[in-house]
Amino acid sequence: MTAPEHMLSELLIVACSEVFRGNGEIVATGIGPIPRVAAGLAKLTHNPALMMTDGEAYLVEDPVPIGPRGYDDRKPAGYLPFSRYFDSAVWTGKRHAVVSPIQIDRFGQTNLSFIGGSFDKPKIQMLGARGFPGNSIHHINSMFVPAHSKRIFVPEVDSVSSVGYNPAKRLAGANFSGVDLRFIVTDLCVMDFGGPDHAIRLVSLHDGVTVDQVREATGFDVLIEGTPPVTATPTEEQLAIIAKLDPHNIRATVLKGNPPGKRA
Amino acid sequence: MGFRSVTTFDKRTTADAVIGKLRDGMTIGIGGWGPRRKPMALVRALLRSDVKDLTIVAYGGPDVGMLLAAGKVRKLIYGFVSLDAIPLEPYFRKAREAGALEVLELDEGMLQWGLKAAALRLPFLPTRVGLGTDLFEQGGFKTVTSPYDDGEVMLAMPAVPLDLALIHVHRADRMGNIQALGPDTYYDDWFAKAAKEVVVSAEEVVEPVDHSYPEDAKANIFERCFVHHVVAAKHGAHPTSMPPSYGWDMPALKAYVASAGEEDGWQRYRSDVIGADEAHYLAQVGGDDAIAKLPLPIF
Repeated sequence: MTAPEHMLSELLIVACSEVFRGNGEIVATGIGPIPRVAAGLAKLTHNPALMMTDGEAYLVEDPVPIGPRGYDDRKPAGYLPFSRYFDSAVWTGKRHAVVSPIQIDRFGQTNLSFIGGSFDKPKIQMLGARGFPGNSIHHINSMFVPAHSKRIFVPEVDSVSSVGYNPAKRLAGANFSGVDLRFIVTDLCVMDFGGPDHAIRLVSLHDGVTVDQVREATGFDVLIEGTPPVTATPTEEQLAIIAKLDPHNIRATVLKGNPPGKRA
Repeated sequence: MGFRSVTTFDKRTTADAVIGKLRDGMTIGIGGWGPRRKPMALVRALLRSDVKDLTIVAYGGPDVGMLLAAGKVRKLIYGFVSLDAIPLEPYFRKAREAGALEVLELDEGMLQWGLKAAALRLPFLPTRVGLGTDLFEQGGFKTVTSPYDDGEVMLAMPAVPLDLALIHVHRADRMGNIQALGPDTYYDDWFAKAAKEVVVSAEEVVEPVDHSYPEDAKANIFERCFVHHVVAAKHGAHPTSMPPSYGWDMPALKAYVASAGEEDGWQRYRSDVIGADEAHYLAQVGGDDAIAKLPLPIF
């Protein structure tokens, strides 16, 4: 059976939804259109136990479509405002977030804070560490990278916003057992932290992508074992759900040029 | 009104009166979250005052950006500074990149933890958050070791005590009973409890709430012993959102953001938009009827 026609954005939504497989009853947070639609897709296909919010304060059992909608369209099933977030979802470990940092290094450390200069005088101030320190030491995290490049995958990040597996940053006596990095989904491939000492490892290549392309776009060595499989492409059922969760086709605006899933 | 004397216990005042009593160098916490339910009428009163050298503590939005632009801030303690739909607050970015601002950057959870420590009158609260990241060195944090068998080493999040907290709610009465509606009240309760003195501005100053809105008593997110001043400020959160009453004003936020890119942009924004008083401001941004119609943001 040949895969249905699909865009790369849709393939990435499917790949991101797979990171929630087997997660059970935890809060799935996807930051940005592709991870957010992916969380909804995961809940509506392979993990009905997943919990998620309307993006504001209420837990919903019917994932809320992204983009413009009626304010009251969402059907609250529970309540998880920011005022309860740390004690209900983050510090309890009941969450898996898929985030898009500005840098990721070989230890899985990420930077959201600034680029260049120093903390006292950053060359380019970005968002700051926000919730990354707490997220990374308390619950599962994965990453979504819409444009796989050496600008993002660097040997070592400019500022460590989230905890990774860097032995030099492991303070003696502290408890890092909550650090649980799962997957990195990019526009080229899927990677995980399954190598020796949690080294970043290639899991699958998207249709038409080569191992050399991944190597050339990554600023550190990615562990490559044998011939990597091709990332699963969306089914008709998945495409239909994606269209419902993203009725305004915002996914088409995420990747430069909105390329098809099958590369020329 | 039964047997209660309501004439002898009255916290009502005006924004200018209460801001006029502030001193340079105070530590002021600002409730709300990014561009949501910010006490902007009180912030504008602060912008119109001569007070300076402030330490500002916030989940920051345009409140923090404007105070930075006006040169009011000596030190900033923040969980973030962002306008949500406009992720990078332009004046925050400018101040950081100029390198002249003293800051304590905190994880979002660490900030509420520090406020809770202050509220509970503790020197610190332990947490794992910040360990293994550069926040630890950037913030000059110290650790504490569990005295029990586990012996775990944790970050000791110092209390973040406030001289003053500014908070915007929907309703308040003369005694300081408040009601904060809307889907999320963020950490406003902990800002209030962490502060020596609390100024609450309200969309509506009502007859005592037990006689006017008793059905909403659960919206009393903190008790009136934590409220010292009550200020009437209809549309006092504008341009930030105040659900269910009104949404944020994205064109107004965009105009503010644009000012950061223009020569003398802030001075112009300060004189033309913020102006001399709230009546001027509200007229400049379209008036009460237009604000009341601002749609609630969709997330």
